[in-house]
Order: sequence, then structure tokens, then C-alpha cells
Amino acid sequence: MRLAVMITMALSLAAGAAFAKTPYHDGTAEVIKPTDKNHPLGEVVSGYDFRKAMIRDVQDDDFANPAMLVADHGEELWDAVDGSAGKSLSQVFEGCAEVPLNVVGSVYPRYHNAAGKVISLEQVINMCRETAMGAKPYKWESRDMLGITAYIRMQSRGSRVNVAVDGPAAAAFERGKELYYTRVGQLDMSCAHCHEDNYGNYIRADMLSQGNINGFPLYRLKWNGVGSTHRRFRGCMKNIRATPLPYGHEDYVALELYTAWRGNGLKVETPAYRN
Amino acid sequence: MKQTTKLSTISRRHALAMLGAAGAAVLTGVPAYADGAAVAAKIKGLTGGKSVGEGAITLDLPEIAENGNAVKVAFSIDSPMTADNYVKAVHVMADGNPTPDVASFNFTPAMGACSASTRMRLAKTQNIVVLAEMNDGSFKQAQATVKVTIGGCGG
Amino acid sequence: MAKIKPRVKVPKSAAAGDIVEIKALISHPMHTGRAKDKKGNKIPRKIINKFVASFEGQDVFTANFEPAVSANPYIAFPFKASKSGAFTFTWVEDGGAEYTASKKMTVA
Ligand code: HEC
Repeated sequence: MRLAVMITMALSLAAGAAFAKTPYHDGTAEVIKPTDKNHPLGEVVSGYDFRKAMIRDVQDDDFANPAMLVADHGEELWDAVDGSAGKSLSQVFEGCAEVPLNVVGSVYPRYHNAAGKVISLEQVINMCRETAMGAKPYKWESRDMLGITAYIRMQSRGSRVNVAVDGPAAAAFERGKELYYTRVGQLDMSCAHCHEDNYGNYIRADMLSQGNINGFPLYRLKWNGVGSTHRRFRGCMKNIRATPLPYGHEDYVALELYTAWRGNGLKVETPAYRN
Repeated sequence: MKQTTKLSTISRRHALAMLGAAGAAVLTGVPAYADGAAVAAKIKGLTGGKSVGEGAITLDLPEIAENGNAVKVAFSIDSPMTADNYVKAVHVMADGNPTPDVASFNFTPAMGACSASTRMRLAKTQNIVVLAEMNDGSFKQAQATVKVTIGGCGG
Repeated sequence: MAKIKPRVKVPKSAAAGDIVEIKALISHPMHTGRAKDKKGNKIPRKIINKFVASFEGQDVFTANFEPAVSANPYIAFPFKASKSGAFTFTWVEDGGAEYTASKKMTVA
């Protein structure tokens, strides 16, 4: 119990210090207003701005960022002919995605007309491989899938996240929102406990961010490699001792749509770099 | 504007449980770490016991590393880097990893300047020592501490 | 080992006398020999233990890496541009395997 009190105190002290002077590291953060009046927060900040300079500097330099090794691999796959149709993804992808290549990275997850539901970038890639290329789908967290998603999202780097959550996407959005606020796991916490109520505060050694996904897939030091949004969701759920869902689960796609919306207006930073 | 009072939403029970979860993530088993003595012995071996000067070396290390898996370590050394006056080698050592060696570098006058940057694993908060060997056989050293909040898997 | 691929930055051109910065990354897990796999077996040590940069066949910079160097090792270092030529970068892995990359630089 004494330990618990100490930790609680440490949390509040860290918080006090954090808000007294520099809300986010170095005070250089790009803080934007939410693009949607229904947004629960008054400000939207990328996860990048919650990290220290050692981490941010790596993300800023494509020749220092090891995520680029994986994105390079994706670029090779992009142009490689694969499957029974004798085509490369570069030849067919825009048709599959239903939006121009340089927009894909800022609007997925998206309601896909042909699929008749909201799907993630990984899913549209695999759909394209199976139907347009006659190729085998990639495994979700494989180097191939991470590489190709990183490469494709990079084509939107610098443009603003802008996922649509109305019309046919509304049901997935509502589901995602519900998941975001549902307490789960042995710790009985929701995403909002950490990323809405406590961003800017320290939990252990980590300054909590708003849990935005504008940099995914990204390289994480803890992983010693690149991982997807769903890997991060799984990690956060394991931390609160909840049972993580499988990669690509409908609920994770909904949660991805919802978290992407919370970050609408942020720049696409793929591939980001984190601790 | 955000308010710190919202903190109460993380209860003590949560905080304690989080700490528990954190503890589980820490390395299991207690590896033997190098220490100041191991680094000193290493330096003695490299210098053959010669005296080591200070100065000329600028270190670029973070004060705090958010994760020990990849901590920036960079240095630059004031040197004309000419055929008769250059830095021959630089050794980077750490006193809190399982072994003191991190990396060493061989420089040549063709480089025109003496600097390098890489990334290292640090198991915990520790001192980084950089030892430079000049072409005339003299040595210089510099040292800094890096506070590691989450340890890397060590060297 | 198609998965082990370097990524190198060398300026395409430079003025004679300029000091340029060269950056090199390679994908490699840098197994320290201390970690265990999911089944509890030790993963044997396998690291890139050496990086050599040569210009026009002449070694100009060498880095010797120990297991304390991070996964996907990164190295940046300076070079004084004096004439046009080609760099060769070589990464040597425990066991002797080598990975290489080349880049040309034009010096005016
Ligand atoms: C116990 C607190 C906690 C809870 C609950 C939690 N997370 Fe996290 N999350 C973290 C921490 C700590 C990090 C790493 C630091 C940061 O970026 O906030 C993180 C990071 C993230 C990131 C990466 C952000 C970036 O820019 O790299 C995303 C995305 C994320 N969380 C989403 C979620 C979602 C979705 C949920 C609910 C399923 C959730 N988190 C629940 C603690 C939590």
C-alpha cells in the first residue's frame, strides 16, 4: 500500500511539473484544434511531440530511422510482379483502393464500396492481391505487409489525416467509440483513461500521448522493429491485462477508424519512430 | 485546457497494478554488470598504462534515454586530421552493461574531420567513456552519464 | 539472406574540400547471445561486428561493433571530398558473411 501511495504521488508530481512549464516536450509541439466539433478534446497532438529529442531526431531523418529499411522493402514489393495475373501492386492498387495513391494514407480505414464495409489499409492491400493480382494475401504483421503499408502511407506523408466517419462508416465509428470508452481487463481501464484523461502525464517512465495513429506503421525500440496499429492496440490491451483481439479483427478496424478520427487534422508521419 | 485533477481517475489500485505489470517487463535474472573497474582495466589495457588527457572531445549523448535499446552516442574530436596529426582510434565503453565494450572506430586523415555517431544498448543508467588514441600515441578521454528509464537488453 | 539490406546516404555531389556526412543503416537483429527465445532457449550471438567504408579501394573508416550496438546498426561519419569516386561499404557478420553497398560521389 505504501508503494501505491508513492506511485500515486509520483504521478501527480510528474503531472504538476509537466503542466507548469512545458506541456509537451520542449514546448515545440504542433498543437492543432480538432477538426470535428464532436471531438472530446480541445487540442490534438501527435505522439511525436510527447517524445524526447533523442527519439524525434531519428524520426526526422530518413537515413537514421530504421523504419525506412522496412519501407524500402515495401517499395521493392510495390513494383514486383506477383501472382497469377502477372501484375505488380503498383499497376492495380489505385483501382482497388478507390482513391488516389497519395490520398490512401490519410483516408484509410475507409468505407470501401466494393467490400461493403469499413476496411483498413492492410485489408485493401490483401483484397487487391487476391482479386486483382491472383496472389496470396500477406500475413498481417509480416515484414512484407509492414513494408508495403509503410511505403503506401508514406505517399501521403505530410498531408493531413482525414478519415470519414459519417454515412456508411457511421456504424463502425460508433462501435470504435464504444470500444475506446469501455473498461476492460483486470485493471478495469479504457483507452480514454490513459490517452484522454492523462495524456501529458507520466505513467512509469513514459509520458502518455493521446494515442494517435498518424505515424503507423512505426518503429518501436521496445519491439526492435516495425509494427502495425493493431500490434499497438494489442500491446495496450495486454498492459491492462485484457485479452487482446486477433490482428484484423472487425473491432480493431472499428477502433482504428475511431482513433484515426481523433487524430484527424494531424500530419501523416509514417513511418514514425517511438520508444 | 487540461487539468491535473483528472489524475484521480487512475486509482491507487491501478497505479500499483501498473507498477506490477511494469515489474514483470524488467529483465528476469540478474546479469553481472561491468563496472567502473572493468572500464578502468580496459583503458589501462588500451593505453598500456600511459596517462590520459582531457579536452578536445565533445560528446553528444542524451541526458535521459526513454528506452535503452537504442541510445544515441556521438562524439567529435578537435583534430586537423592531417597525415602527421590525426586521431587514429576511438573506443566507446559503458560501465553498466554486462560487458564494457560498445564499439571502436578507426579514423584516417582522408576523413578530414573526426566524428562518429551510432546507437547503443544500455541496460541501465550508467557512465559512457570515450577514449581517443592520437597518431602520436597519446590518449584523451571524456565521460558522461546517461539516465536510462527503461533498460535495453544490454551488450 | 535477402532480408539484410543496407541503406546508405552519400551526397551525389560535393565541392572539393567539403566535409560531407555519410550515414549507413543495415537491417540486422544484432543478437547479443544473452537473450532467450519464446521457448527459453538462448539465441546464439550473431551481430554485425565490423563496418568498413572504403573510397576508391582505400579503407577510410572502420567501426568495430560489440553486442552493445543496437539492432539495425546505424553509423554516421565525415569524409573530406577531394576527387570524384566510388565508396564501398562492407558489413561483416559473425561467421564471416558480408553485405555490401556502393555509392558514387562527384566532386567538382
Ligand atoms: C494503462 C494506460 C494505457 C491504456 C489503458 C491504453 N494505453 Fe495506449 N499507450 C499507453 C502508453 C504508456 C503508450 C506509450 C506512450 C504514448 O504514446 O502514450 C501508449 C501508446 C499508444 C499508442 C501509440 C501512440 C504513438 O504515437 O506512438 C496508441 C495508438 C495507443 N496507445 C492506443 C491505445 C488504445 C486504442 C487503447 C485502448 C484499447 C489504449 N491505447 C489503452 C498506455 C495505455
